[in-house]
Amino acid sequence: MIAPPLATSWVQSQSFRDVLYIIAFSLFIQGLRGLAGPTTAVRGNRIAAVGMAIAVIATFLNPQEGNWGLIALGIALGTAVGVPAARQVKMTAMPQMVALFNGVGGGAVFLISWAEFRLTGGFAHTATYITVFSLFAAIVGSVSFWGSNIAFGKLQEIIPGRPISFGSAQQIVNLVLVILAVAAGADIAAGDQSEAIFIGMLLCAALLGNAVVLPIGGADMPVVISMLNAFTGLSAAATGIALNNPALIVAGMIVGASGSILTNLMAVAMNRSIPAIIAGGFGGGGAVAGAEGAGEHAGTVRSTTAADAAIQLAYSNRVVIVPGYGMAVAQAQHAVRELTKELEKRGVEVSYAIHPVAGRMPGHMNVLLAEADVPYDQLKEMDEANPEFARTDVSLVIGANDVTNPAAKNTPSSPIYGMPILEVADSHSVIVIKRSMNPGFAGIENELYYDPKTEMLFGDAKSAVSEITAELAQI
Amino acid sequence: MIVASTLTTNLSILVLAGFIGFVVISKVPNTLHTPLMSGTNAIHGIVLLGGLLIIGLAGNGTFNKVILVIAITFGTINIVGGFLVTDRMLEMFKSKPDRGKKEPDAAEEQEEEKVL
Repeated sequence: MIAPPLATSWVQSQSFRDVLYIIAFSLFIQGLRGLAGPTTAVRGNRIAAVGMAIAVIATFLNPQEGNWGLIALGIALGTAVGVPAARQVKMTAMPQMVALFNGVGGGAVFLISWAEFRLTGGFAHTATYITVFSLFAAIVGSVSFWGSNIAFGKLQEIIPGRPISFGSAQQIVNLVLVILAVAAGADIAAGDQSEAIFIGMLLCAALLGNAVVLPIGGADMPVVISMLNAFTGLSAAATGIALNNPALIVAGMIVGASGSILTNLMAVAMNRSIPAIIAGGFGGGGAVAGAEGAGEHAGTVRSTTAADAAIQLAYSNRVVIVPGYGMAVAQAQHAVRELTKELEKRGVEVSYAIHPVAGRMPGHMNVLLAEADVPYDQLKEMDEANPEFARTDVSLVIGANDVTNPAAKNTPSSPIYGMPILEVADSHSVIVIKRSMNPGFAGIENELYYDPKTEMLFGDAKSAVSEITAELAQI
Repeated sequence: MIVASTLTTNLSILVLAGFIGFVVISKVPNTLHTPLMSGTNAIHGIVLLGGLLIIGLAGNGTFNKVILVIAITFGTINIVGGFLVTDRMLEMFKSKPDRGKKEPDAAEEQEEEKVL
C-alpha cells in the first residue's frame, strides 16, 4: 500500500472531487425521479447506482485516503454478504430484507460517529455544531440499527410478531431513554471527553430502538420500517454535515424526506397517527379488543370446498381478487395467476384490488403479482376498486384480513376504526381463503367472516387456489 | 470576496435537498412504494463514504480500525444489497406497462389455447 503523495494533481483536488459529488447527487435525484414510473424505474435505480459509484470513486481520490487494505477488506466482506443475500431473498421476504439493509446503514452511521469521537479525542477541538451533528447521527443511527434488527426479527418470525411491551410503563421507559441519550449527548457537546459517556449514549439509543419497535404489532411494521428508513437517511445527512461532504448531505436528506412522506402516507392509509404507533398504542389496544371481541360473535361461519368455490367463480361475470399477506407467505402468486387465466378463458372479468398496506409493506402485493406476470392494468388501487365491488359477483379474499374488516367502518370502538378498507362486503358474495379462524396480525376479529354472504375456504393459500384451478379445469 | 460559513452552506444544502426529496417522491405511485423504499434505502448506504473518509485518518488504533472496517462492511452491504434487491424487484415490473405489447400477447395466448 503506497500512500499517495500529498502534493496532488488536479484529479485529487477538492474542487474536482466536489464536482464529482455534485454529479453523484444529481444522479441520485434523477434516479429517484425515474423510480416514479414503472417504465423508468429500472433505469432510475441504475442511474442512482452509477451516482453511488461516482461518489465512492471521488472519495478514493481524496489525497488523505489511506489504509487501502482495510478498505478493500471491508468492501469485500460487504459484497460477500450483500450480493448473495440480495440475489437469493424470496420476493415474499422483501420487507425483512429492506429492514436488514436499513439496519446495517444505521449501524454504519453510529460506528462512524464513534470513530470520529475517538479520533478527535472526544471532539476536543471540533466546532460545536460538528459535535452536535455527529452526536445526533450516533443516537439516531443506533436507534435505527437496533429498531431495524427487531423489525427484521419480527417479520422473519424469530421474535413473536405480537406486541411485547412494558404495558403502561412503556411510554415512561421510552421517555427516560430519550432523556438519558440526549443528556449524555449534551454532556459530550458541552465538553466532556469521556468515552464511557459516549458508549452510555449509544447504549441508551440502542435500548430505545428496541423499546420502540418491540411493542409494535406486525400490522404497523410497514410504517415502522419506513420511519426507520427516514431515520437512517437523516442520520446520514447529519454525518454529511459533520464531515462536510455534500453528497452525504444531499443523499441522506432526500432519503429522510422521502421516508417521512412514505411513513405519513402509510399512517394516513391506516388512519393511524405516527405518535400513536410509536407509543405502542395499536398493537396493545388491538390485542385487548381482539380478546374481548372473540366471545362476541355468536354468528356462524360457513365453510366451503374448492369444488363449490370453482363453480361459483366459473359462473360469475366479474371477480375481484383481494390478496394479502397470506398470499405472500404461501408463495401463492403464481397459482393465483393461473386461476386468473383459467377464469379469463371462461370470459370472467378478473381484477385485483390492492389495499395500500396489504401485506407488510406498501406495494408488497404489487411486487409479488408483478413477479407472477399479472398485467399492471389489472391491479386496482383502493379508491378505484371500492366503487366496483357493488357490481362484483365474487370477491376472492386470499389471505387478507384487517384490510377487509368492516369493523373499520362500523365499530367505533375497534382499534382500526376509521382505517379505509376494501369494501368486499358490498359484492354479491365473498370467498375467503384462510388458514384458520385465527385473527390477523393486528389481533382483531373480522366480522366479515360471519357475514351470511361469506364462505370460508380453509387451507394454505397456494394449495387452495391450485385446487380451485384444478376443479375449474374440470367444469 | 464574501465567504459563506461552511455551516450555513451545508444547512442550505440540507434544507434544499429536503424540499427536493419531498417534490420528487410525492409523485411516486402506490404500486412502486416497496421498490422506492428499497431504492432510497440503498441510497442512504452513502454513509459508506463517511467510513472511507475517516479510515484514512485512523492512524494506529486497532479498535478504531476494527469499528471502521465494520462500518465499511455495513455500508457496502447497504449499498450493494439495496441496489441489487431493488433492481430485482423492478425487473418484474418492467414488461408490464408495455400495453402495446401485452395485448397481442394475450390474444396470442388465447389463440394458442384454442389450437390446443
